[in-house]
Amino acid sequence: MEKKQTPLSYLSFSAFAWVVGLLIFFPIFWMVLTSFKTELEAVSIPPSFISFDWTLENYAEVQERSNYFKFAMNSVILAVGSTLVGLVFAVTCAWAMAFNPTKRTKDALLWMLSTKMMPPVGVLVPIYLVFRDWGLLDTRFGLIMVLFLMNLPIMVWMLYTYFKEIPTDILEAARMDGATLPKEIIFVLLPMALPGIASTMLLNVILAWNEAFWTLNLTTSDAAPLTAFIASYSSPEGLFWAKLSAASTLAVAPILVIGWFSQKQLVRGLTFGAVK
Amino acid sequence: MGAIRLEKVKKTFGTLDVIPGVDLEINDGEFVVFVGPSGCGKSTLLRLIAGLEDVTDGKIKINGVDVANEAPAKRGLSMVFQSYALYPHMTVFNNIAFGLKMAGESKDVINDKVNNAAKILNLTDYLDRRPGALSGGQRQRVAIGRAIVRNPAAFLFDEPLSNLDAALRVNMRLEITGLHQELKTTMIYVTHDQVEAMTMADKIVVLQAGRVEQVGKPMDLYSKPANKFVAGFIGSPKMNFLGGTQAAKYDCHEIGVRPEHLVVSTEQGEIPATVKIAEHLGAETYLHVNSDEFGPMTVRATGEMPLSGNDKIFLTPEQDRIHRFDANGLALGHPLNA
Amino acid sequence: MSTRASTLTGRIMSAPSIIVLFLWMAVPLGMTIYFSFLRYNLLAPGTEEWIGTLNYEFFLTDPAFFASLANTLILVGSVLVITIVGGILLGLMLDQPIFGRGILRLLVIAPFFIMPTVNALVWKNLLMDPVSGMFAWLASLLGLPAIDWFTNAPLTSIIIMVAWQWLPFAVLILLTALQSLDRDQKEAAQMDGAGPLSIFFYITLPHLSRAITVVVLIETIFLLTVFAEIFVTTGGGPGLATTNIAFLVYTQALLQFDVGGASAGGIVAVILANIVAIFLIRLIGKNLDK
Repeated sequence: MEKKQTPLSYLSFSAFAWVVGLLIFFPIFWMVLTSFKTELEAVSIPPSFISFDWTLENYAEVQERSNYFKFAMNSVILAVGSTLVGLVFAVTCAWAMAFNPTKRTKDALLWMLSTKMMPPVGVLVPIYLVFRDWGLLDTRFGLIMVLFLMNLPIMVWMLYTYFKEIPTDILEAARMDGATLPKEIIFVLLPMALPGIASTMLLNVILAWNEAFWTLNLTTSDAAPLTAFIASYSSPEGLFWAKLSAASTLAVAPILVIGWFSQKQLVRGLTFGAVK
Repeated sequence: MGAIRLEKVKKTFGTLDVIPGVDLEINDGEFVVFVGPSGCGKSTLLRLIAGLEDVTDGKIKINGVDVANEAPAKRGLSMVFQSYALYPHMTVFNNIAFGLKMAGESKDVINDKVNNAAKILNLTDYLDRRPGALSGGQRQRVAIGRAIVRNPAAFLFDEPLSNLDAALRVNMRLEITGLHQELKTTMIYVTHDQVEAMTMADKIVVLQAGRVEQVGKPMDLYSKPANKFVAGFIGSPKMNFLGGTQAAKYDCHEIGVRPEHLVVSTEQGEIPATVKIAEHLGAETYLHVNSDEFGPMTVRATGEMPLSGNDKIFLTPEQDRIHRFDANGLALGHPLNA
Repeated sequence: MSTRASTLTGRIMSAPSIIVLFLWMAVPLGMTIYFSFLRYNLLAPGTEEWIGTLNYEFFLTDPAFFASLANTLILVGSVLVITIVGGILLGLMLDQPIFGRGILRLLVIAPFFIMPTVNALVWKNLLMDPVSGMFAWLASLLGLPAIDWFTNAPLTSIIIMVAWQWLPFAVLILLTALQSLDRDQKEAAQMDGAGPLSIFFYITLPHLSRAITVVVLIETIFLLTVFAEIFVTTGGGPGLATTNIAFLVYTQALLQFDVGGASAGGIVAVILANIVAIFLIRLIGKNLDK
């Protein structure tokens, strides 16, 4: 399908592609735009695109009225916390599976994957009851554990596929050079796998940040992250569109940035290495 | 100092006997080449000596001490890998210095040794570069440099030249041989290329299916192969094996004649044949011929030879250079010596 | 290929992850199975008793189950069709030389990173609201009556929102697969006289088949349990119009406190997901052998 492109067909195709792209992006654009409007303008018909009084008051009010930062803080703690706990478990596990495989390594990997296939509703009831009985409901610790466990298979898999790409020779060379196991991991494996580890962490942060089954079901207020905060706008009295948009923009922005950075690695992480 | 002795070394993966039991004596300062077709266990044997694999059974003695259960680093060996296995995130200097750092050497000692190795290997100008910015030959030298600085009891080379192009390979071959003459350290070198084996080795170990087929000096293997496998593996182009009337003439199951030991004539000879393809290299001519009785044969004649496809020729084996084999492929004594 | 010592270290280092995952999945699953055979309501504590398969009989004969099963299948099926077809088209589009392609690609991918609750509320309010929403305004421009999306076409609305969210996932993966297509193959086909359409059907599509399978399987697993979008927009209604299996189990467990019935529903969901999972795991397992 690669025909020689004339400048004209290049430009017209580009224009067409941009129209399609902008249409897909439109809801996000509209959300951001609405966040700068007054509540009145947000619901005005016909909608105003540029000619309105740009205001930042929604952002200020979101914080004042609903303590936005508490929720944002929870989101950060849950995402970062579950990622760091996950990393400790996943790096060791993936290292072992990639470089010291046994006959059962493949089965173990696929079993881990299969736990990810389990619909959360299948275990909602017991997890809820256990959380209730152990006083873990609405605690950050409890949710960090849930998010960590939920994403652990993905982390192990992603790191496994990255580690697999590191030639065993190099680790063996380090061994011949007299490096002990910890030194081998710290001086040779980790520096080489750094890009892979970084993108694994980013993906995990994204997944944890956007997780909206457990965070909605296991929290009420103290540990509630932004997913729950935004969900509270679904009630009728919360129908302040401009404020909703401002809160949403704040909730989405950091992840959008991270996501854009890690889009390539995302494919590998979400397809368990089946598409590269 | 590095004399290495393998005693009944065995390696099994699951139920598979990769090395069914090898005894081998490597003297201090010797250049030993393990050669054999791919999958013959030569690399596994090297990795067993290095300690990268556990032996299933047997002893590996370095200077008389059994190291079979020691960690690789404790064996005082260094290894050059096929892929070079350089640390991509370290400079050339740090690549070479890594082993010394791990051994806790002082900065001055490290500097001295690395610079010294770099001088020997012509790497002085590249010490600040990363491996990614080096050519194949330079990477190879860094890998060798990394091995040299540790002052090992022996060097282990795992097919180190197979990733280089043909011209560079000849160069590096000479460099490694030169290095051996300079350092006089024991070297064990694994390759599937019999030319490398013939040109570099003091002693060649021919392996097949984990078994040692023959151990000896290059020319001994060439002129007195112990069996059909060695006879066919050493020498290029491959030896011709002839049964039928030729074998009967020498009173054995089969005879072997190297392509360079066939006399070509257009008028008369023992084996009539038709030229299929003639490859003219100037200094020599390779003839791929077909004989009615023996099928395809290869002839290597010196100088130019005005032959081409479909020419009829006659071949005669040089009587004192033929090899006799019994039905099991084992070499029989030479008829003239017997 | 390693030594005894390193194999042992390997086992020790992979054990913690395997153990915690086992505790996280297998134990609760066992509990769910056990609960599903009990009469167990949180509002009537102490009355738990073994009732065999009665929960399953109730759950599977409940009209709500059939409605939610149908909704689940329609939701999954529609979103799959939209995202695969759209993903292929957008993937092909983004594989062409385009002015500012890098930035354009970011725009197209963006919806995937949007929090599900944000996604749902932005669509429900800013776009689909029958009075002040963008769509209502667009309809009025065309002289059409505004559609009350969540009253008249609730499931369609959910499908649109979810499809918008998952379209980028399909694009991302299919585009990656497209970019790994060997240029030589296309050129060889051109030399053989194939036109753009033949190249698409005989070269490109077969090359994509594996990636498409992966997209279908992975999306299915996530789409079977769509929850937040329903939770914040329709609450499963009106009636049961947007209740899927995941949401039905949620209402039984945390709104009606019927642990036994919810557990039975959960197990049904697990079985449905496993039918898909078996295929996916086989596919990935084969890939692992390479």
